Amino acid sequence: MAFNEPIVEVEGLRKQFGNQLVLDGVSLSFPHKQITAILGKSGTGKSVLMKNIIGILEPDAGKIRIEGTDIVPLPEKQRKKYRQRLGYLFQDSALFDSMTVEENIAFPLVEVFHMRDNREIRRIVQEKLEWVQLPGIEKKYPDELSGGMRKRVALARSLAGEPEILLFDEPTTGLDPVLEENINNLISRVNQELEMTCIIITHDIVGSFQLADKIAFLDEAKIQVEGTPEDIADVAHPVLQKFLEYSFTAAHKTMDEMELI
Amino acid sequence: MFKAHLKILYALERLGLFCVFTIKVFKWTFKRPARFRLLTAHVEHMGVASIPIIMLSGFAIGMIMSLQLVNVLAMFRAEPLSGAAVGITMARELAPVMTALMLIAKNGSAITAEIGSMRISEQIDAMETMSVQPIQYLVVPRVWAAVIVFPLLTAMANVIGITGSYVVSVWYKSVDKASYLFELYRMMNPKDIYSGLIKSAVLGLIVGLISCFYGYYVKGGSKAVGDATTRSVVAASVSILVADFIMTDILLKVMFGGQF
Repeated sequence: MAFNEPIVEVEGLRKQFGNQLVLDGVSLSFPHKQITAILGKSGTGKSVLMKNIIGILEPDAGKIRIEGTDIVPLPEKQRKKYRQRLGYLFQDSALFDSMTVEENIAFPLVEVFHMRDNREIRRIVQEKLEWVQLPGIEKKYPDELSGGMRKRVALARSLAGEPEILLFDEPTTGLDPVLEENINNLISRVNQELEMTCIIITHDIVGSFQLADKIAFLDEAKIQVEGTPEDIADVAHPVLQKFLEYSFTAAHKTMDEMELI
Repeated sequence: MFKAHLKILYALERLGLFCVFTIKVFKWTFKRPARFRLLTAHVEHMGVASIPIIMLSGFAIGMIMSLQLVNVLAMFRAEPLSGAAVGITMARELAPVMTALMLIAKNGSAITAEIGSMRISEQIDAMETMSVQPIQYLVVPRVWAAVIVFPLLTAMANVIGITGSYVVSVWYKSVDKASYLFELYRMMNPKDIYSGLIKSAVLGLIVGLISCFYGYYVKGGSKAVGDATTRSVVAASVSILVADFIMTDILLKVMFGGQF
């Protein structure tokens, strides 16, 4: 399978916290309107890579190109314009807990797009909630929602910002298998119906093999392997193989157990 | 010895960070968009909700001071001066400091805890990813709300403190009403009130900045938020006392020519 032209490219990205080198010259490209999954053990710097792309962290060295423009040296004002094209779904949703679901989803509309028409804002909020299959919860607060619902509301909030590129930080971690599938389906819909470029960091290897067009494996602060899921399955990288072996064996076990029941 | 050096370095680093934070707050105050709706919401939350506690403490302080003063002044047959003494002390010192301490306990701690928990649950990062500047959205309205609310509540504490003093002196201790009011008007100068209100606004700025600073830079989990809240209350309380001393010295020279 051929990849589309890259919309985001990372080149020689380096990030260090104190003595700990988290990213050591990471280079990776993310194809336009396709899903890229970044796999890796916990603490290998996947989230740091994402936070560098989204602009929460500053890289120590390297380039981050969006449609060919390196955004790292740009002044804050211009970088902000590029950043508006990206959306980020946090692992723990990061919904504003002092606001209702409606206010959360309306936040980017009011604060970023400076919309003032309350009727139009309400219409968009309802539309986004229906899209994530959660109609009628506008007046609820985040602490009244389940983990899966919070993730979907966070997705609705990200979609309200109308990004072209959506980054997902461990979207299925901590969810049961049914919800996991639900969220994976939503990511697939985001990509196919809304034609957004999706970048996912995940431990969910089975899910990412089903979902992603491209997979990259991050280990020891570097991208060790990248390619289509088929390519990745054939690579003889010891850590990656262990990773794949364990995940698929666990998945088979679960399926066998379900059949027994 | 090495540990002591590290502590000093850490303290200097925090001080530097606080200075940078303060500069950012001023910088973002004058940038668009102006968020008046948030400012008024914080003024209401911080100010209106604090009226009962400020009234209660101001009234109690006025009453207690009068109770003590009337007995002492009686030795010089100067009981009517109790109103003037309470008025001047409240206006210049007690009302600004008492209001500040009350608001640190009530609002300062809440600001640190709220911003701190937003930090650890990545809500502040989420704001940044949406290109909304968190200092402008979260900190600026709270700091300027404190600058507005502190003098207003101080003025209220002045009035209510003197009322408390009047109740005790005139109604309870039977000080002559006319003499009490005559001495109060004769001795009190509008400058006493202005100096207290100026102080109060500066204390509001200090409390707002410190409370937001400790919350904004929390690292870790919920224990870190608790620790930051405690440190913010202590730092704000000590800072307002030091700032009050310095401002008193300056204002005495500037407004009162170094005299009483």
